[in-house]
Amino acid sequence: MTAIAENKPAYDGQALDLTGKSGARAFKNTLATVLIVLAFVIAMIPLLWILGTVISKGYHLLLSADWWSQSQRGITVRREGGGAYHAIMGTLIMSLITALIAVPIAVLGAVYLVEYGKGTRAARVVSFMIDILTGVPSIVAALFIYAVWITIFGFNRVGFAVSLSLVLLMLPVVLRSTEEMLKLVPDELREASYALGVPKWKTIMKVVVPTAFGGIVTGVMLGLARVMGETAPLLILVGYSKNINLNPFNGFMGALPTMINQDRTELALQPAADRVWAAALTLILLVLVLNVLARLVARFSAIKSK
Amino acid sequence: MAKRIEVSGLNVYYGDFKAVEDVSMTVEPRSVTAFIGPSGCGKSTFLRTLNRMHEVIPGARVEGKVMLDQQDLYASGVDPVAVRRVVGMVFQRPNPFPTMSIFDNVASGLKLNGVKDRKKLTEVVERSLHGANLWNEVKDRLDKPGAGLSGGQQQRLCIARAIAVEPEVILMDEPCSALDPISTLAIEDLIEKLKDQFTVVIVTHNMQQAARVSDQTAFFNLAATGKPGRLIEMAPTKQIFSNPAEKATEDYITGRFG
Amino acid sequence: MSSPDGTAPPDRPDGTAAGQEEPKIEDLVHEDAGPTPRFEDLAEEHAEHEAELSAEVMTESGPEPAAADPAVAATGTAVATEPGKKMELGPVGHLGDRLFSAFARGSGGLVVLIVAFVGIFLLALAIPALADDKSSFLFSRIWEPGGDQPRFGIAAMFYTTVVSSIIAMLIAVPVAIGVALFITYYAPKRLAQPVAYAVDLLAAVPSIIYGLWGILFFAPILLPVINGLSDALGWIPLFEKPPGDNVGVVFTASVVLAIMILPVVTAISREIFAQTPIAHREGALALGATKWEMIRMSVLPYGRSGVVSASMLGLGRALGETVAVLIILSVPNGNDPWNSSIFAGGETFASKIANNAAEFDSPEKTGAYIAAGLVLFVVTFLVNSAARIIVDRSGPGGRRPRRKRGAGVAQGASS
Repeated sequence: MTAIAENKPAYDGQALDLTGKSGARAFKNTLATVLIVLAFVIAMIPLLWILGTVISKGYHLLLSADWWSQSQRGITVRREGGGAYHAIMGTLIMSLITALIAVPIAVLGAVYLVEYGKGTRAARVVSFMIDILTGVPSIVAALFIYAVWITIFGFNRVGFAVSLSLVLLMLPVVLRSTEEMLKLVPDELREASYALGVPKWKTIMKVVVPTAFGGIVTGVMLGLARVMGETAPLLILVGYSKNINLNPFNGFMGALPTMINQDRTELALQPAADRVWAAALTLILLVLVLNVLARLVARFSAIKSK
Repeated sequence: MAKRIEVSGLNVYYGDFKAVEDVSMTVEPRSVTAFIGPSGCGKSTFLRTLNRMHEVIPGARVEGKVMLDQQDLYASGVDPVAVRRVVGMVFQRPNPFPTMSIFDNVASGLKLNGVKDRKKLTEVVERSLHGANLWNEVKDRLDKPGAGLSGGQQQRLCIARAIAVEPEVILMDEPCSALDPISTLAIEDLIEKLKDQFTVVIVTHNMQQAARVSDQTAFFNLAATGKPGRLIEMAPTKQIFSNPAEKATEDYITGRFG
Repeated sequence: MSSPDGTAPPDRPDGTAAGQEEPKIEDLVHEDAGPTPRFEDLAEEHAEHEAELSAEVMTESGPEPAAADPAVAATGTAVATEPGKKMELGPVGHLGDRLFSAFARGSGGLVVLIVAFVGIFLLALAIPALADDKSSFLFSRIWEPGGDQPRFGIAAMFYTTVVSSIIAMLIAVPVAIGVALFITYYAPKRLAQPVAYAVDLLAAVPSIIYGLWGILFFAPILLPVINGLSDALGWIPLFEKPPGDNVGVVFTASVVLAIMILPVVTAISREIFAQTPIAHREGALALGATKWEMIRMSVLPYGRSGVVSASMLGLGRALGETVAVLIILSVPNGNDPWNSSIFAGGETFASKIANNAAEFDSPEKTGAYIAAGLVLFVVTFLVNSAARIIVDRSGPGGRRPRRKRGAGVAQGASS
């Protein structure tokens, strides 16, 4: 037995080290892992802190029916009562108008970039302009509309002017995200549709856009989230009204951000402070509800049966 | 349904680059014609010119004639969209529409072209799925997403989708290259069946497959790297594989078989 | 094939199943193809065609053996082409195509117009005010628009805006890359989605809330950090702390801005990291790379241009952020000397404009603020151009790895 064993060809005697990486590499790997997890923890702290603050200070006003159905008409900073109906409606109306204007332009613009203009000089110019628009600060968008709407045309400060400036902010967000989503639609699907003799526009409308639909909706919601919380255009383009005004073309209009702004200097007074945090929580909830809805829409539209 | 394809003096360019040079051939109706040849020899490119799918790529253009029976596919006034309704295509990787159910996938060609009659659609879907040997596997889940099927089923779904519009010709661009052997076999059986009704042209890298399914085989090759691809030889499949006329064909075939 | 005019072929020799059920699908398919040409109309044209064709077949495809091939004939498929069966290959309802493409192009053009208008209108209103400016607009730190002798310059605002935004970027980008990597490659599968959602939630918090929270709750805990930094680095003017415990300073604003732009940078980085082709990642792992090395070799180079553009987007938002900065930054008393320290108060372009919205009573004053807004616009324009150039140079998806920049990002992630 031993003799046979000795006759076997000898191994080279060097066992492979299969236990792991060299020390420095393993260390770097561990360090990177620790830092990455740490980054996550750091990012979560402000989120939880802010949410905790806003919820704990704002929730009790939201529990009353008045909050959702009354305005602040005739209510001073020292008095309790009233609601945020005027501000909620103002925010919703202005955002809705913004979306109605911005989304079609954005989606069609993205379709142009991905399906029609690809690789052309014109598309590069458009794309560059979108990059510029992406960087336009809300205050500049507001100033621009101020210059056109008020200084040049001599119109009044109204909700619609706010919507116009918000379009400038929402357009690039939705356009870019739509563009990205359209790009992700594999060319194979377009080809499959073309190969069935389907014209290009129907291919885009019935195959490309539906495939990217979830992503497009998410982009729209991100855009809405951005514009709903914008305060600067409200400060410049429409006055804050404590009364209910549902007409975006006439008169001042309440909005949640300006409602917060209205009372933020009076935080020492409990009724004002309560309203500030309650309005803040309402604003967050509003955006959140839209987000959740968007995700549901995206989920159910991704797989269509029938 | 099934038409004869006659190609004469076809050159294909991508911009300034000539990808395929001077191809002339006739593809008989109700037969299977296989295109074989090394990668990059232009056989897929050429295949795409048969239903003008190459036009999807910017800068691609064609010189020469492609006749479907007596109609020139490149005559002025001919719409590529209309051409593709007559000459269907199945792609290398199965590409069912992910947003659509199995039913909608098969019906998509008709639906997207404006057919709304539900009864008609149901009928066509069932017939096409039968035609693609897929009916029994999916008849209970027509409303489920097409993307949920296995790769081989997806490819048969794509074939069902292609035949649902009742084209004259079906082009297949390496339809089995992304599939396992069993699924490949299923597709090959299906091709055999399809040629009763359609003119079938298939590009394949698999020479056994060409030998198994095709009636005629066309061998494409490059003169040299960077030169355009050319049609070297086209003949009945038996002849190509037993007694090719050209040395290059023989080299290619034997080289692969060892 | 049945012809569109319904002259179904009784002459099909091998009457196949398809031949029998021939239910004129074509008719349906072509229903939007406009008026269907009748057979009679086509006959003449067709005859020409045929003559032409036969000539061609003789000359050009002559050498092709296929047509006369016995094997093919044996299969019974070499059906003589039925004369007169003309397919409808004419244009197919392209009105939709034309309209749709016009709309799409129009939207693209509209975007260009909007940006041009923003620039033109702001310029048109700013120029008269600038012409009246009695001090250097670019280099003066005085801001006294309006009146007989308007004197205003943007130097102070420019400094505060740029410094606060850059610090915010420096803080946010490494953390954002870390979070994005955590979500895409480190977090347990079940945790990844909720975490991603939580970070998105951070973007849903309106800036005015950041401002309130920042000054009321967050700033107080930053005080020790401010004190520590100024003790250690106070000999540099940038870190010199003025007397008093003011927390409404540039540094506080920067940290809050960093938190605000974090979700933006994270969301985009995450998307692009997740898209790294699996082949790249497995390629790296197959070489024996550790997870971190895999990320450095494949994920970061792939996502680099995305991260750069995300950072620029973040920078753009930080530069233009209005309300949070407005709430946090304490406006220096007019009599105090100007202070370059990040531990002093100040005003950014945006906060200055918003603070003084009530002052837009005369065109001269408004013009001064619009001029300031224009500078802000130009700065963000330059930032975006830079981002664009970087993205363009590194190609789509950053697929062409660039040693140096990749390493830069990698260091960013680990610092």
